[in-house]
Amino acid sequence: MTTTTERPADTSEARMPEQRADASGRRPALLGTVRGRYAVAAIGLVLAVGATFLLDPYRNYLLSLTAAYVCATAGLTMLVGRTGQLSLGHAAFMATGAYAFALTSNGLAEAGIEGPVLLLAPFLVAVVAATAFGTLVGAAGARLHGPYLAGLTLAIVLALPAVTSTFSGLLGGDQGLYVQTERRPEVLSTVIANEQWQAWVALVAAAIVLVLLAQLGRSPSGIRMQAVRDDTAAARLSGIDPFRVKVQAFAISAGAAGLGGAVLAYVTQAASPGAYGLAFSLFLLVAIVVGGTGTLPGAVWGALLLVLLPEAIAAVTETLPLPDDAVSRLDGNLAVLIFGALLVVIMIAAPRGIQGALVALRGRIRSRTTRTTRTTST
Amino acid sequence: MDVPILLLAGTGLARGAIFAAFALALVLIWRAARIANFAQGAMATVSCYVAFHVSALTGNYWIGLAAALVSGAVLGWIVERGVMRFVDRSNPLAAVIVAIGLVMVLTSTLAIAFGADYRPMPAPFPREPIRIGDVAVISPYSLFVLVVVGVLMAALALLFTRTSVGLAMRAAAFAPEVSRLNGVRVDRMRTLGWTLSAAVGGLAALLVIPTELGLNPHASDQLFVYAFTVAIVGGLDSPVGAVVAGLAVGVILTFVTAFAGATFAPIAIVLILLVVLLARPQGLFAAREARVA
Repeated sequence: MTTTTERPADTSEARMPEQRADASGRRPALLGTVRGRYAVAAIGLVLAVGATFLLDPYRNYLLSLTAAYVCATAGLTMLVGRTGQLSLGHAAFMATGAYAFALTSNGLAEAGIEGPVLLLAPFLVAVVAATAFGTLVGAAGARLHGPYLAGLTLAIVLALPAVTSTFSGLLGGDQGLYVQTERRPEVLSTVIANEQWQAWVALVAAAIVLVLLAQLGRSPSGIRMQAVRDDTAAARLSGIDPFRVKVQAFAISAGAAGLGGAVLAYVTQAASPGAYGLAFSLFLLVAIVVGGTGTLPGAVWGALLLVLLPEAIAAVTETLPLPDDAVSRLDGNLAVLIFGALLVVIMIAAPRGIQGALVALRGRIRSRTTRTTRTTST
Repeated sequence: MDVPILLLAGTGLARGAIFAAFALALVLIWRAARIANFAQGAMATVSCYVAFHVSALTGNYWIGLAAALVSGAVLGWIVERGVMRFVDRSNPLAAVIVAIGLVMVLTSTLAIAFGADYRPMPAPFPREPIRIGDVAVISPYSLFVLVVVGVLMAALALLFTRTSVGLAMRAAAFAPEVSRLNGVRVDRMRTLGWTLSAAVGGLAALLVIPTELGLNPHASDQLFVYAFTVAIVGGLDSPVGAVVAGLAVGVILTFVTAFAGATFAPIAIVLILLVVLLARPQGLFAAREARVA
């Protein structure tokens, strides 16, 4: 196969490090350099922000949701793909971010603070809180194999409603909290709708997460994570502390999820336990598996799927001549059924997901086109 | 202080016995296939729906109980033969992820077919405690649970220590290659492990439902987490550990519920998990360091 060295640059998140030729300079890859990644992210962000002008408010809202999910799925896919730690509890880290955002934002608003501080400080607090919680869970889970860590994180998600009702004075119990936030700047209020502004904020958050995680993947820390996943004993021999690396990965992943939760709280103006239940936590797992575990583009595909598939299902069930009772039963459950079936089928038949399929497809096209030009170019 | 200590202890033991039985189902699959079966709860809930409808049709609890066992066994067989057999064994997370997918498929199918309402499940014996003098001792239903689980444990112990099938299952779990050379059909033993485990899980879930809010597509979610905790505390490899830890966790949770309120129980479970995993990740009864990376 000639495709190994011919792989396009933006598949760099593929799992095998030896395929990433950026260090040796064999591939003049745009994504291979730090500046290149910033450039790509900036272009992507400008395009996405531009797209918000073409969308109606509801679709902009969906775009915000997607961006919020991207934060969480990107963090989770980094964790699972890079360190082999499976978390079923990322909804709990999102909830941590959402509640931290809500408490900070409401506190600041009550103190009469407005403007950029009211917009930015809650996001910062949310990331710090989720990272701290992630460090704690990561420390407990770092010594564990997959199933044990998965069980621990599952228990945390199931305990979330208990936490919010135990501290209902602070966290608002089952109802959750209403979030006062800084809305769009005055200057823009005549130009764009509120939903569009929210989409901008959400897109910026997602872009920051994607850039930072892409950087991390290329950095020595990223290599260390992979080393720990592939052979813990060998990593330890090379002077890597697996415990530290795993906790670090878990904390970063939780922080990204926390930012996602904060974006959700900002966009929906609410933080409630119902939004971060077990089903949602499992959806995040579906997203990264279907997208292609370990790949950042896969995280984006997965987040899109999480938003669009339920919309599509709702659109289809509305057109079917069904009794109200059946519609209410299908509502929500059908999406879970399809997501679950996707998870099983993809894990068994195509473990590399959408991104893996795209890479394979592009590789095939490329090898076909290069075969003709190859003799002259090499 | 007028706390019915004795009654709480009895109720706690009965709950613990159910946790122990369910944890034993997890241990059975772990030993047979080295898979932590996250779909155990959802599979057990399916059995309970079968039992519920069979009981309602026949008007007889005991036929329903038998139906839970049989449907559990059939479902375990189907899941192993139809899905788990095809999972990539080189990736330790694959089986967990596939099991999670199964959970989503099973619970949403139940919710679509039967709705999300809680259905009251009749208990075959009263849940009011027997009183000796002024002291409430234990309810007949708790006694019934203890007896059923006791019989179940004894049957499993006999199967594994006194029969050739049990010997073959243990051999297949511990040394698959050697067993294969000696004529043990390892795949068949694995299927049998799943079948047995799912039947035990179905029975355990059926026992717990009358003590909870009722039958619901998510009726076994919490049972699964509690039993998973029990299995971890006991060491996933150890049936004895599952039983001892099950009884202990059952009693602890019942007292926590009585003194700190029911909402605190899930938090207590996370705390128990955290403490055990930090202090002794291999579990209290596991002989080997099976789960340290």
